[in-house]
Amino acid sequence: MLEVSDLHAFYGKSHILHGVNLTVGDGECVSLLGRNGVGRSTTIKAVMGMVDAKGSVKFKGEEIGGLKAYQVAHKGLGYVPENRDIFPTLTVHQNLLLGMKGTKQSGRWSMDDMFRLFPRLQEREHTAAGVLSGGEQQMLTLCRTLMGDPDLVMIDEPTEGLAPKIVELLRELFIEINRRGVSILLVEQKLAIALEISQRLYVMGHGQIVFEGTPEDLRANAAIRKEWLEV
Amino acid sequence: MEFFLISMLNGVTYGLLLFMLSSGLTLIFSMMGVLNFAHASFYMLGAYFAYQISVKIGFWPALVIAPLAVGAIGMLVERYGLRKVHKYGHVPELLFTFGLAYLIEEAVHLIWGRSAVDYRVPAELSGSLFKIYGTAFPEYRGFMMLVSVLMLVSLYLVLTRTRIGLVIQAALTHPDTVEALGHNVPRVFMLVFGGGCALAGLAGVIGGNALVTEPGMALSLGAIMFVVVVLGGLGSLAGAFIASLLIGLLQTFAVGFDGSLGRLFAPLGISFPSGTFLGELWGLTISSAAPVLPYVLMVLMLIFRPRGLLGTRDV
Repeated sequence: MLEVSDLHAFYGKSHILHGVNLTVGDGECVSLLGRNGVGRSTTIKAVMGMVDAKGSVKFKGEEIGGLKAYQVAHKGLGYVPENRDIFPTLTVHQNLLLGMKGTKQSGRWSMDDMFRLFPRLQEREHTAAGVLSGGEQQMLTLCRTLMGDPDLVMIDEPTEGLAPKIVELLRELFIEINRRGVSILLVEQKLAIALEISQRLYVMGHGQIVFEGTPEDLRANAAIRKEWLEV
Repeated sequence: MEFFLISMLNGVTYGLLLFMLSSGLTLIFSMMGVLNFAHASFYMLGAYFAYQISVKIGFWPALVIAPLAVGAIGMLVERYGLRKVHKYGHVPELLFTFGLAYLIEEAVHLIWGRSAVDYRVPAELSGSLFKIYGTAFPEYRGFMMLVSVLMLVSLYLVLTRTRIGLVIQAALTHPDTVEALGHNVPRVFMLVFGGGCALAGLAGVIGGNALVTEPGMALSLGAIMFVVVVLGGLGSLAGAFIASLLIGLLQTFAVGFDGSLGRLFAPLGISFPSGTFLGELWGLTISSAAPVLPYVLMVLMLIFRPRGLLGTRDV
C-alpha cells in the first residue's frame, strides 16, 4: 500500500532524513519506533507532503512524492498530528465535520461510530474542543482524521502523556481501525503497545531505519533495544 | 441632545465603514500573518471603479460590479504575487504589499489624474431620511448603515454557518493541520484575500462618494485602519468591530465638540497665559485635536496593553 524508498528530508540546511526505506502492506499495522529527534515524525510528515523531501513515495502503486498535503489526503492517506492538534475554538462536532473531505459522509466511519467508540465525545459534542481534557482531545484528533475515511492512517505519538486508562481505549481503537481494513503506520515511544498491536516494526536512529522485523524479532534482539530504544 | 443623536448616527456609520476595511485586514492577518499595507489601496480602487462604472452605467450596477472586480484583483495578487513571495518569509511579504500600495496609487494617478474625481451620491439617495430637531439625517448615511449591517450579518453567517467558514476559522490558527485533512488551504487563502479586498472595495464604493474620491484617500483612511486593528487587537474580528465603532464615534464626537482643557479647568482656577506652550495646549479645542486623537489612543494602547482590546498575541 505504502512504499517509501530513499527518502531524504531537510529543515532549512539541516539534513534530517538520510534515505529512509519502509513499506506498509494492505491492512497492516506497522510501528515506527525510536528515541525523540531521530526523524520519525519527519518521516510521516514527508510522506504527507508537509515538509520538503526528496526520494520516492508510492501509495497504492502511484507516486505521490511532491504532491501537496491536501492532494495526498485525497489519495486516501490520513495523518493524525501529535500534540492533540485540535481546533480549539470550534466545537467537537465542527472538528469532526472538518475531518470529512466532502459534505456527505460515505465510507467506513460515521459520526455515530465515533460517538459509540468514545461516548465522552458525544457528551461534549457542542462544547468548544479547547476545553476538553488531553485524552479527549487525542480521541478527537484521531476521530477527525478517520472521518475523512483514509485507507492508511499515520498516527504521531498518540499515547504520549496520557493516563493508562485512556491508552487502553486508544489501543482498542487501533484494533478497530485495523479490523475495518485500514492500514496503520504508528509512531510510538511506548514499546509495549507497539509490540502488542503491530505486525511489523521499524526502529529509527539518526534519520535512518536501523532495524526491521516482527515483534518477536525485536523481543529477541536485546542489542537493538538497548542501543536505539531504551533510555 | 440633537448634537448627540446625530453624532451618534454619524459615528456608527463611519465606524461600520471602518469595520468593513478592518475586518478584511484582520482576517488576512490572522490567516497569513501578513499585515497587508495595500489594503486601503483596494478601498481606493473600489471608489474609483465605482465612479467609472456609475458614470457609464449607473450607481446600482457599480455597487455590485466594483467590489467583485476589486476582489478579483485581490485574488490575482495573492495567487501570482504574495504566494510566490511567501516562501521568503514575512518581511518580503510586507515589502511586497508596501510596494503594491505605491503601484496602485501611481496607477490611479495615471488613469484618473491627481485631483479628486466627481463621484457623487446617487440622486435617488441624496434626500434626507428624517429630521431630528431640525437637523436632517441624509438618506445616503442610512443607506451606508444598511449596507454595512447587511455585510456584517453575512460575514458572520458565512464564517459560522458554512463549511468554508469552518475551514477558514480552523485555518486561522492551524493551517497545516487543516490542509492535511484534505482541504485546499492555498485556495482558501486566495479566497480570503480576495474576499477581504472585495470588502475593502465595497467600503470604497459606499464611502468614496460620501467622503471624497482622490488619490490620497488610501493613505488617509489606511492610517486610521491600522489604528483600529492595533486597538482591537491584531487578529481579532470582535476586537476590530469594537475598535471600529470606538474610533468612528470618537472622531465624530470630537469634531463637533469645541471644549478645551482651558474651559474644563477654568472653574478650578487653573489657567496659563496664551503664548506659552501650556497656554496653547490649554486653548486647543477638542475639535481641532480630533484628527490626532485616534493616534493618541493607539500610542496609549501600545504602551499599556500592546496586544489590544481582544488580541491574543503581542504586536
